[in-house]
Amino acid sequence: MHLTLEFGGGLDLLLEKSTKVHQVDVQPKDDEGKATMKGLLSWVKSNLIKERPEMFIKGDSVRPGVLVLINDCDWELCGGLDAELEDKDVVVFISTLHGG
Amino acid sequence: MQSIAAPARAGSRLCARCGERKAALKRPKTLEQICRECFYVVFEDEIHRTIVDNNLFKAGERVAIGASGGKDSTVLAYVLSELNKRHNYGLDLFLLSIDEGITGYRDDSLETVKRNELQYGLPLKIVSYKDLYDWTMDDIVKAIGLKNNCTFCGVFRRQALDRGAALLKVDKIVTGHNADDIAETVLLNILRGDIARLSRCTFITTGEDGPIPRCKPFKYTYEKEIVMYAYFKKLDYFSTECIYSPNAYRGFAREFIKDLERMRPRAILDIITSGENFRISTTTRMPEQGTCERCGYICSQKLCKACVLLDGLNRGLPKLGIGRSAKGGAGADGNGERQGKRPERNRSSLQGKHGNLDF
Repeated sequence: MHLTLEFGGGLDLLLEKSTKVHQVDVQPKDDEGKATMKGLLSWVKSNLIKERPEMFIKGDSVRPGVLVLINDCDWELCGGLDAELEDKDVVVFISTLHGG
Repeated sequence: MQSIAAPARAGSRLCARCGERKAALKRPKTLEQICRECFYVVFEDEIHRTIVDNNLFKAGERVAIGASGGKDSTVLAYVLSELNKRHNYGLDLFLLSIDEGITGYRDDSLETVKRNELQYGLPLKIVSYKDLYDWTMDDIVKAIGLKNNCTFCGVFRRQALDRGAALLKVDKIVTGHNADDIAETVLLNILRGDIARLSRCTFITTGEDGPIPRCKPFKYTYEKEIVMYAYFKKLDYFSTECIYSPNAYRGFAREFIKDLERMRPRAILDIITSGENFRISTTTRMPEQGTCERCGYICSQKLCKACVLLDGLNRGLPKLGIGRSAKGGAGADGNGERQGKRPERNRSSLQGKHGNLDF
């Protein structure tokens, strides 16, 4: 499936060439074979994050303080890690863990 | 999160407030699921209520917004200028930025503030460490290395804000410290045994006895909501961690707060409530406020912290005034008196100011 991934609040600095927006084609399967956020996070961790993964991931979820939106909706309303993704979804990650 | 039974698909639920539009976020404060438009309304209204209930401003006042270009101060500048118009506060608002002289960090964030000046139509004043102290943070780090540099920066920034505010002839400074920041500072002050700061770090207004009071309109505003607001409104902010700030101790406290928030978001407001309700034992000696003999800035020693630190830098003894004063040269100047007067406190507040957050 095709997904648009956006990294903000400084998370882009953890990625190659510090690119904010990534157009990707993935099959983010979790253990049960469903395309969920859980599967996407592990894909992002192994395919996009180039440095300091601990700034992004803690355990099998995002680090607390990283906000996630699926199609501009707070992922806490969509099931969090269990939220199922569909083709052409836009997933945004924003870190709040910096000065300001 | 596994317990959510409703359809997992994004945006499938209706706003708990208007019942018409799709919910866009879950409020950490109330756990309500609300839509974007209702979120703007409740977010702005709560800040307005905080301002009114705490009498933060009087009509006709000149107010400087401490602006770093980061998320909190950018949202504060935006919301405050909106509320000022909407509710006729009658305030003259200014942006006040500090240029610490950190290449690759502050120079970039100041570009954001310069754009905010145009976007929000607020006059901007920038004061620099170079002009005030004749040292940039780049120079200081060259002289002292990456340890303790946050102490210099925090102490200098606090004074720089006051001096910039005096130049702008403002009546008040507002800062973007949010509920998460304050909860974190309550914890840090407990961890350091810093009773003086513990008792004042939850005050919404501080420095009323000094020349220019400061207040924190975001005292009860969650960081998550500030960032969501900035994201939905597409506000232009700068989000890079300072290149000189490892800030390990504060980092642990921050991470702990965020872990608590994930399990129980109310924890942040509850820590603030706890901080507000501490009663200090009458036998605890508190610092007496005076003024610095050299520069006249308010302080509780003979010389203010900035003058002690600056003295050390200029004399090539940058450790002067840093850290634990039990041995070595750090007990010079103001600290000698401190030890005589209040031996029980001689370790506590010296390293108390870090990074962007000094109370």
